[in-house]
Amino acid sequence: MSGVHVSTTINGDPAEFVCPPGETLLDALRNRLGLTGAKEGCGTGDCGACSVIVDGRLVCSCLVLGAEVEGREVNTVEGLANGDTLHPLQTKFIEHAALQCGICTPGFLIAAKALLDRNPDPSEVEIRYALAGNLCRCTGYDKIVRAVDAAAKEVRKEVRKEARKKRR
Amino acid sequence: MAHDKRYTNQEFKIVGTRPPRPDGLDKVTGRAKYGADTFAPGQLDGLILRSPHAHAKIKNINTSRAEKLKGVKAVITSDDLPDLTNGNRGMFDILENCMARGRALYDGHAVAAVAAIDAETARRAVKLIKVDYEILPHVTDVDEAMKPDAPIVQPHVRTSGVEPKPRKASNVSQVSEFGHGDVDAGFKEADVIVEKSYKTEQTHQGYIEPHACLASVGPDGQGELWVTTQGHFFFRNTCAALLGMDVAKLKVTASEIGGGFGGKTHVWMEPVALALSRKANRPVKLVMSREEVFRASGPTCSTSVDVKIGAKKDGTITAALATLRYQNGPFPAVWAMLGAMTSWACYDLKNVKSVGYDVLVNRPKVAAYRAPSAPMAAFAVESTIDQVAARIGMDPVDFRIKNAAREGTRASYGPTYGPIGIGPTLEAVKNHPHMKARLGKNQGRGMACGFWFNFGGQTCVDLNIGIDGTVTLTVGTVDVGGSRASLCLIAAEELGIAYERVRCHVADTASLGHNDTTEGSRGTFSSGMAAIFAARDAIAILRDRAAKTWEIDVEDVAWEAGNAIAKGVAHGNLAPLTLEELAAASPNTGGPIAGHNEVVADGAGVSFASHICDVEVDPETGATKVIRYTVIQDAGKAIHPDYVEGQFQGGAAQGIGWALNEEYVYGEDGRLQNPGFLDYRIPDCSDLPYIDTQILEIPNPNHPYGVRGVGATSIVPPLAAIGNAVSNAAGVRMTHVPMSPPRILKAIKDEQLDIAAD
Amino acid sequence: MRYEAPATTREAATLMARAKGSAFLLAGGTDLLVRMKIGLVEPDLIVDIKHIPAMQAIKRSAAGFRIGAGVPAVAMGENAALKKAWPGVVEAANLIGSDQIQSRCTIVGNLCNASPAADTVPAMVAAGAKVAIVGPRGRRTVAVEKVVTGPGVTSLKKGEIVEAITLPRRPPKSGDAYLRFIPRTEMDIAVVGAAVSLTLGAKGVVKQARVTLGAVAPTVVLVPAAAKAIVGTKLEKDALAELAAACAAACSPIDDMRGTIEFRTEVAGVLARRAAKIAYQRAGGK
Repeated sequence: MSGVHVSTTINGDPAEFVCPPGETLLDALRNRLGLTGAKEGCGTGDCGACSVIVDGRLVCSCLVLGAEVEGREVNTVEGLANGDTLHPLQTKFIEHAALQCGICTPGFLIAAKALLDRNPDPSEVEIRYALAGNLCRCTGYDKIVRAVDAAAKEVRKEVRKEARKKRR
Repeated sequence: MAHDKRYTNQEFKIVGTRPPRPDGLDKVTGRAKYGADTFAPGQLDGLILRSPHAHAKIKNINTSRAEKLKGVKAVITSDDLPDLTNGNRGMFDILENCMARGRALYDGHAVAAVAAIDAETARRAVKLIKVDYEILPHVTDVDEAMKPDAPIVQPHVRTSGVEPKPRKASNVSQVSEFGHGDVDAGFKEADVIVEKSYKTEQTHQGYIEPHACLASVGPDGQGELWVTTQGHFFFRNTCAALLGMDVAKLKVTASEIGGGFGGKTHVWMEPVALALSRKANRPVKLVMSREEVFRASGPTCSTSVDVKIGAKKDGTITAALATLRYQNGPFPAVWAMLGAMTSWACYDLKNVKSVGYDVLVNRPKVAAYRAPSAPMAAFAVESTIDQVAARIGMDPVDFRIKNAAREGTRASYGPTYGPIGIGPTLEAVKNHPHMKARLGKNQGRGMACGFWFNFGGQTCVDLNIGIDGTVTLTVGTVDVGGSRASLCLIAAEELGIAYERVRCHVADTASLGHNDTTEGSRGTFSSGMAAIFAARDAIAILRDRAAKTWEIDVEDVAWEAGNAIAKGVAHGNLAPLTLEELAAASPNTGGPIAGHNEVVADGAGVSFASHICDVEVDPETGATKVIRYTVIQDAGKAIHPDYVEGQFQGGAAQGIGWALNEEYVYGEDGRLQNPGFLDYRIPDCSDLPYIDTQILEIPNPNHPYGVRGVGATSIVPPLAAIGNAVSNAAGVRMTHVPMSPPRILKAIKDEQLDIAAD
Repeated sequence: MRYEAPATTREAATLMARAKGSAFLLAGGTDLLVRMKIGLVEPDLIVDIKHIPAMQAIKRSAAGFRIGAGVPAVAMGENAALKKAWPGVVEAANLIGSDQIQSRCTIVGNLCNASPAADTVPAMVAAGAKVAIVGPRGRRTVAVEKVVTGPGVTSLKKGEIVEAITLPRRPPKSGDAYLRFIPRTEMDIAVVGAAVSLTLGAKGVVKQARVTLGAVAPTVVLVPAAAKAIVGTKLEKDALAELAAACAAACSPIDDMRGTIEFRTEVAGVLARRAAKIAYQRAGGK
């Protein structure tokens, strides 16, 4: 069995790996690139713990072949912070105690990021349906939804600040 | 150690605030390492072959082709796990559950295992193992298993708890009974009697992280195990015993845990990983798939419960009787007994009786789930309580208040209560705005109470003061829900220093004395208690160092707000010595400063909760939506309120899923049909509303701060709260959990037919 | 196992036709990778169609809409014109799974996976969709209801690939809707699905209708009797009751872990009634 050679971009940096044709992106990230932030909760796309962003789209990495990200851009939780500055989602998750065991947290952060990228001012219902593909067993989702709502406000504030800066 | 009454009256400075948790950064950046997140050079991939039959004799296992496959480094069967249990039946049952010994006892039971150079080779190797099964008759239903002609799951089991001692094998492993008074007389006094039977289906804790470990055993008998677990010391003791290793030679490190809720308090495959590693002489990584988690770890019991309550017209319960049948899987355990103990715990009853039947079936071995056995009993009891209240024409909350247990009540399971929270939670329910909210069309409201014992247990803590005065608190209780934050708060409170100057760290088994498993809501309670004592231990040393420095008597040294203070007029001119100063000077005053404590934390306070919920039921389809939910629970003392709220909300969400949708579905062939998150349906984000919480604090008299366990109780009321709400919304009493749409629709339709027939 | 990513439909069809052993097409992978994970299939060849330009676009023309086989459901929801013309087909596609699944799953994959509970198939059949097939012997077009012949089985021959779904031009005053029953609010496989597509004539009277049911039989059920019940009406109570009864009568569901025969039969009628009302409103009826 020969491997597939994949050249891709992960969190803005070039990356290469060789994997068997049938290996998932999740396994390639974890086992070949050491990026263990994405987790396998079910392996069948039902829990979202493996969520990553590929070419701007939120996906379950357990349902993408490693081979498929050739030439594409992948974003994982490891790339969410900007250097040592956490993304507002990360800050608000901690502030609002939106995690207990934390295993689902990377998936939620990525899914929430994808939501805010396309809808900067989501209602509670919109947040809940956008995150319906991410299972959490510890929190009952209450503090997660509040954290995403707070982060959305923070991101909008930052966007307005940037816009004002540009206008000057 | 009794509750220090100074704390009820005095303001805590740090305990009760909401600082960010110390492990938060790692968890939001993906840096935190869970069970499957570690790698060792030369590691092999392990994989287990599992029985596809509910009950079968294993006549032969042929592993020769698997062994010959290139890249396979070890293949094991029960032959590689010899019986070293020396007649200890409990240990033997654990061994047998890890790998079948001549008989597969459930669909998913491990039969053999391989370790290979990669996952693909391991998969191919497992396919090459040939097992000769002789299929035996099976039984999966708890009531069916009690019938006289049911297939016997364990031929050696004789029912205990009955006289005379039976000689025939039975699937009933134990009968237990609790209560006091005379229920027959009590029923005679009653104006109203309600008698009803209930069923609850099997559920799984549903933690998002599957079981995972990395095992490494050398030919010198030393080994290491990295594992996701709620009790790494217990795992060490068990694995060492089963593998014939010295306890001190097996170092077990607990990874961050991705949820446990009781399901990670037992070994499931860790001894197999160690055995594979020992045979291959290489590290072996063994991770369960989600399907394996459902089929072969430890779900809860499915149950069948009968409840009979008699009451007078004025609302006084005169007699209460519960008969509980709980299946344990294939190994005897005490789940029905626990259910029998919790059934009537919320009430002050003159005549009360609970009888529990622990029953064996061909399903996976049952493990604890949050407040094990209590939710099912509460579903049956609290549903019946509502029906009695309705028959009498009394408000369901008032009815409960009238019969609620209080300080001095003799509990139905034996002990007499100290100050407890059931009354206060019920009063809080009455006054809560949720009770006054208007209900819309097809909506119904329900409430229910719940109880859990909470546990203490063996605990060991080290508190080390660094040269700069910052503190390392080393504990042995795995952090399942944020306890590290709470423990830092406690240590900081005791020492009088800032929260940020304390770091809490969960040690491996080589670095600390034995700690019991984090279960029974004991994590913060026990390690917190030990942390308090360890801090006071360190404070005694700090005072001593100050006394030495000042050359005064240690009796004249007090510790206040992080400083040693010289008391008394004679020493008035001595400036306080800070913790930092004492730490910096420690090399010259006697060496490193540390506190230590080993304790069997006693006196865990019982905790009570009352929940209110509103649901909307679509009468044409049975679809049910939870539109409002409130948890009111007594925490004794909330060390970190965010995490207490989190426990309330998490337990409630699990209970809601259990009440509405979650169940193990078995076919006629005894095989589990829904071992995945697609068809084992836990609540997703859009299924739930915000969950309101109200923390009550009735201090536990047996803890210095009054802490009671909080993690478990919140899963107890939801089944009945939802049951009562759905019954009110749909106009028909629900008796079978989960109350899935097909069950609700059928109940509605049957009720319509009954009304039409009348 | 081999992974190939051809650049044309012809190449893909040739690869599939010539494959020895088991060969599978890969669009979104939301069915294929699941089956691989649980051990149901072990492909010798995977042919990724996402590099074939002819399959990646939604094209609008006078003849209607052409949705390439590689178009993910999320892109269908982002196409305003498609949503306006065929809200039922689009909402069916957008109901599949989570946002993560939506980024990847395709209606062609949903169709060819041939699950009796597929969400998009009832809506596509109600819409009168057609399927453009490319094979070793050239191209052919068939009605979408001819593709699935049984659970997990299609009428496609070895080497045949679906290149696109086409939806016909929509007359004015038309509307469609798809409803499904699931126990949670998201993430579940449909226990029952119902689709209605209709066109109104003068004075808001239904001129033409198609009513289909999913998850209540081995394949999607077209219920002409239900359509007949509402043609010529303005969806009065009696007409809807007759539609519901016709749907219940047309069901032949099974008992399984998702629902009982009783439940599916009952709910099929309820959902068909509700879908009819929504389609009617979308068509401009009141």
